Amino acid sequence: MPPLIALEQVHKRYLMDGVAVHALRGIDLAVERGELLAIMGPSGSGKSTLMHILGCLDLPDSGRYRLDGVDVTHMDPDALAHTRNRTIGFVFQSFNLLARTSALENVETPLIYAGVGRDERRERARAMLERMGLGDRMGHLPSQLSGGQQQRVALARALVTRPPLLLADEPTGNLDSRTSAEILALLDELNHAEGVTVVLITHEEEVAQRARRRLTLRDGRLDRPEGPP
Amino acid sequence: MIWATAFPLALRALWRNKTRAMLTALGVIIGVGSVIAMVAVGAGAQARIAQQLESMGSHSLMVRAGTITRGGVRTGAGTTTSLTVADAEAIAELPGVIAVSPTVRASVQARYGGSNWGTVVDGATPGFLEVRAWPLAEGDPFTERHVAAAAHVCVLGQTVARELFGLVSPVGEVIIIRGLACRVLGVLAAKGANAWGVDQDDSILAPLSMVQRKLLGITHIQAIEIQTSGAQAAARLEAEVKRLLRERHRLQPDQEDDFRIHNRAELAETSAESARVFTWLLGSIASVSLLVGGIGIMNIMLVSVTERTREIGIRMALGARRRDILWQFLLEALFLSAAGGLLGILLGVGSALALGHFSQFQVAIAPWSILLAFSFAGLVGVFFGLHPARKASRLRPIEALRYE
Ligand SMILES: Nc1ncnc2c1ncn2[C@@H]1O[C@H](COP(=O)(O)OP(=O)(O)O)[C@@H](O)[C@H]1O
Ligand SMILES: [Mg+2]
Repeated sequence: MPPLIALEQVHKRYLMDGVAVHALRGIDLAVERGELLAIMGPSGSGKSTLMHILGCLDLPDSGRYRLDGVDVTHMDPDALAHTRNRTIGFVFQSFNLLARTSALENVETPLIYAGVGRDERRERARAMLERMGLGDRMGHLPSQLSGGQQQRVALARALVTRPPLLLADEPTGNLDSRTSAEILALLDELNHAEGVTVVLITHEEEVAQRARRRLTLRDGRLDRPEGPP
Repeated sequence: MIWATAFPLALRALWRNKTRAMLTALGVIIGVGSVIAMVAVGAGAQARIAQQLESMGSHSLMVRAGTITRGGVRTGAGTTTSLTVADAEAIAELPGVIAVSPTVRASVQARYGGSNWGTVVDGATPGFLEVRAWPLAEGDPFTERHVAAAAHVCVLGQTVARELFGLVSPVGEVIIIRGLACRVLGVLAAKGANAWGVDQDDSILAPLSMVQRKLLGITHIQAIEIQTSGAQAAARLEAEVKRLLRERHRLQPDQEDDFRIHNRAELAETSAESARVFTWLLGSIASVSLLVGGIGIMNIMLVSVTERTREIGIRMALGARRRDILWQFLLEALFLSAAGGLLGILLGVGSALALGHFSQFQVAIAPWSILLAFSFAGLVGVFFGLHPARKASRLRPIEALRYE
């Protein structure tokens, strides 16, 4: 079986006011199924850029990205949308919940695009929110939820399609330490108990300690891997 | 499937912004409403003109006695005495003529009991009612036998009947016309004013021969109404009647006509045409407001797409395809215009009815205008919704997601 994620010499440049920013300078990376990988690095080192490429939200300028053995760099927008829907779950630092939309409807949204029927959709969204400990908050709007609760809604939404890959870009960046710990425990449990592959970007050393594998991004390049391969 | 998902999403998005949705739809509501109301006014005018023409006997030619020049003195219209019943009979033989009606007219004072009323008596043959398409309200018309006998009988117009008899039925009663006792055989149906505002019901109809001999003391006639099979036949017959009458009246090439021919079919055609143009004019002016309503929709949808860029990014990250986004926004625009269209129909029909009720305007709500205005509103929705919807669907996921 090929690795779930396989990057070869991935480059990404941004052009800002005529100045090119070389955000990724040749990334080689393989992530096996069931891994929990932590990526660290200073601000501006290209972590989010890498995450967007891994999540098929953006395409590399050069290099190859194979997800589950399939080269995504030549996919059309619809196929990429399909991949994001079926293969990937996202958790962002800023939650990115749909505003003025209840927790339940937020969690249902990816299932809508997966073509799941109304009743099943509702059932699965409910079950996932209950698992995240939000059984009594389903009708709440994001603005009526605390940061930790919002991130748990986001997590429920990311997982409701049962994707094999969960990408979390500084998921605890906007949370206090206690709720951070809860979220991280949830990610840990998902990885251990359900075998979901997790790629986690974080600033915090202690968070990274829990990962079995850690990488550091510096100036668009990955340092030598630390910890067990 | 796209519909099943985009439908509720679009509805919900509109619901979240009720006030804005309502205001946006207002443009379409007013547009559709005014198209329907304006066309109703135009169609009302059209119907009124058609009724009036009908009551005058459309598709008809009218021959009137003309002027004569004798020793340089020209007498007024209708003063020649050369037009005769025989002329009318000759015209009736021409192909394309459906009916002819020779007439004379006398101004009279009519009396019944203590009431009297100044009116006119039209002397005519039974064909007159056919040419005018004029039914009786009660009683019977006079017949050829009455005409042959110059019988003292008559049929009353509604106005005359009302003025002389009030609410009592005049049928069978005897009225006095210029000292002549005439039995009332029937009453004509109400016809109202003609296109020139003359009350057509203010007249008495009597046998031609009786009016000629007993009231006017003449043997000629004053006019011949000719019913033709259509506007084309009327145009052709106009020339033929002219030739025939000149020949019968033995006019030399250098003499002018001693009669005049009026082509009412032509008049009817022109009036009907101008009423149609009027309707379309009103309709198109109103359509402009519908167009403006559409631009309002586009404006709001563009604002909405910009405002919701982040939402679009999130949806794309969760797996929405371009067409999912396209349909969501397009359906929003379509809903706005369809809801606006439906409310506009209510507004248009309502204001047309109110206008017909409270003003002088005759209105006729044209079903085609409702259909047209509603489909136009739909088209406006698609046309002006498509651009913003395409714009939304073409956003790159990562850029939409990062939009502040
Ligand atoms: N859309 C963009 N346009 C221009 N430059 C960008 C854009 N996104 C990121 N960058 C630049 O690329 C570099 C990497 O950014 P990012 O991946 O967000 O870093 P990190 O997430 O590690 O803080 C930074 O220098 C940033 O300024
Ligand atoms: Mg970042």
